Amino acid sequence: MSRFGLVSKDILISTRPSIRALYQSRHKTTHFGYQDVSEEEKSEKVREVFASVAAKYDLMNDLMSGGVHRLWKDYFVKQVAPVPQAKLLDVAGGTGDISFRYIQRLLYQQPQHKESESHPSKQVTICDFSESMLAEGRKRAKKLGYTGISWVCGDAQQLPFPEHCFDCYTIAYGIRNVVHVQKALNEAYRVLKPGGRFMCLEFSQVPNPVLRWFYDQYSFNVIPPVGHVVTGDWHSYQYLVESIRKFPDQKTFALMIEDAGFRRVRYEDLTFGITAIHSGYKL
Amino acid sequence: MAVRLKSVITIPIHRMARFPYYKSNLYPCTEKLLRCISSTPRELQGAPLKPVLLNGFQRTLLSIGAAAMAVTDPTRHDMVATLGETTGHKALVRIHQKMLQDEEGRLVLQDKPRISSSTVNLPALRSLPEGTLGKCYTNFLDNNKVTPDSRCTVLFIEDVELRYVMQRYREVHDLFHSLLGMPTNMLGEVAVKWVEALQTGLPMCAGAAIFGPIRFKPKQRSKYATQYLPWAVKVGSESKPLMNIYYEKRWEQQVEDLRRELNISPFMI
Repeated sequence: MSRFGLVSKDILISTRPSIRALYQSRHKTTHFGYQDVSEEEKSEKVREVFASVAAKYDLMNDLMSGGVHRLWKDYFVKQVAPVPQAKLLDVAGGTGDISFRYIQRLLYQQPQHKESESHPSKQVTICDFSESMLAEGRKRAKKLGYTGISWVCGDAQQLPFPEHCFDCYTIAYGIRNVVHVQKALNEAYRVLKPGGRFMCLEFSQVPNPVLRWFYDQYSFNVIPPVGHVVTGDWHSYQYLVESIRKFPDQKTFALMIEDAGFRRVRYEDLTFGITAIHSGYKL
Repeated sequence: MAVRLKSVITIPIHRMARFPYYKSNLYPCTEKLLRCISSTPRELQGAPLKPVLLNGFQRTLLSIGAAAMAVTDPTRHDMVATLGETTGHKALVRIHQKMLQDEEGRLVLQDKPRISSSTVNLPALRSLPEGTLGKCYTNFLDNNKVTPDSRCTVLFIEDVELRYVMQRYREVHDLFHSLLGMPTNMLGEVAVKWVEALQTGLPMCAGAAIFGPIRFKPKQRSKYATQYLPWAVKVGSESKPLMNIYYEKRWEQQVEDLRRELNISPFMI
């Protein structure tokens, strides 16, 4: 630092760590679909996308996947295999698709708990970083009568929970929207109890080249126009299909999960690799 | 027989043409300087949306979907707008050419003015005397409870100039209503669409003009057939192109004078 109060920008950036970190994070770019944006921008843009799609989220999911997303989620929760008294953290679970299916399975297994104090919804925490999505979820939970769910607005990269809290961590179609996927995986490891399970349902890469061509054509030529006609928003759906392509493939993602500390990492392709379920244990 | 030739031939012209209104506020600078004004449209609030490049399949799917949605849900004005953008390329090129051939239209294309509550001083227009274009426009906005901000931004047109022409068409639509004296009910909208279809040639306008009356009730249908339709077709074919007018420089002009200038015959019930 100069004695005379005249400091060049370079010296300032290199000597003061807080400013250096700020400079780096402001100028580090990441991807938002196929665009390059700064990390702060990506966070904001993703928030805007979900605020915009929240109202017709379920309708759009049905239109884009032809209703198949329901089958994927049903199968996913079957693989989660809920047990009573196990605490679930559903991250990016704003509208509650996974959590409600989890609760329904528990109620089916043990119907006596429907009206009692130990209603399965008390074991469920939903965390999402979009308030609009949480609001949609709350509405649906009220209709279904699941009053015990905890709704938390938080970032998957910095979960507002202490460590060793939950028995099961699920994230369905949310992790590809996170700016630093590895940070989200590390957080997942932190909040799970030893023996806890990490389950992730996410769009993945289709290995078969012919099917991949059809899938790409459908994704880019049908989904944004239909999204625009139904919701009046082209750019959000363009982002959704581009972010699928930018997400790592099944094997790479499995390695990232192992890097976070999980063991017995397995993945299973659904519908020719369009969706994949990744699972790992904190051992 | 001696024929006395006049050395100067004077052609009688309308008194208004001698002092064209659009030139009264002209910047005191040369033509060349005017051409240097940036040709990118001034963006309104928020970041500009990226224009979307459509391939043939997307364009077709979007047109069909937008048409279906516009017909089934009339509140979806954004679908009407989308339909206009996906089907209107040839018509926009034609409008652009017509604007370039007209002096005032060329000025509009150079300056690229935008009409919104942030670019137009609506309170000042409201304070203008009755009978002026500005007062007539604000009366229209207030009576029909509309604002100039409800128009969608153009998304699906690549060329900057054509995108501006489309945006201008959307933003002066309310001014067309004021000039033609048509309200925003179904009959008024269809009449304005007829005039726009005949002047601009946009397929979306033609579609709305032809298929709009399907939703009419019998009383509306008879009024439409006997009064609105003949008048709208007459005005559409006889009047001067409304897209060429630099409305922002004519707020103080008397509406009746402007209607005479544009050859808009009044609507008689």
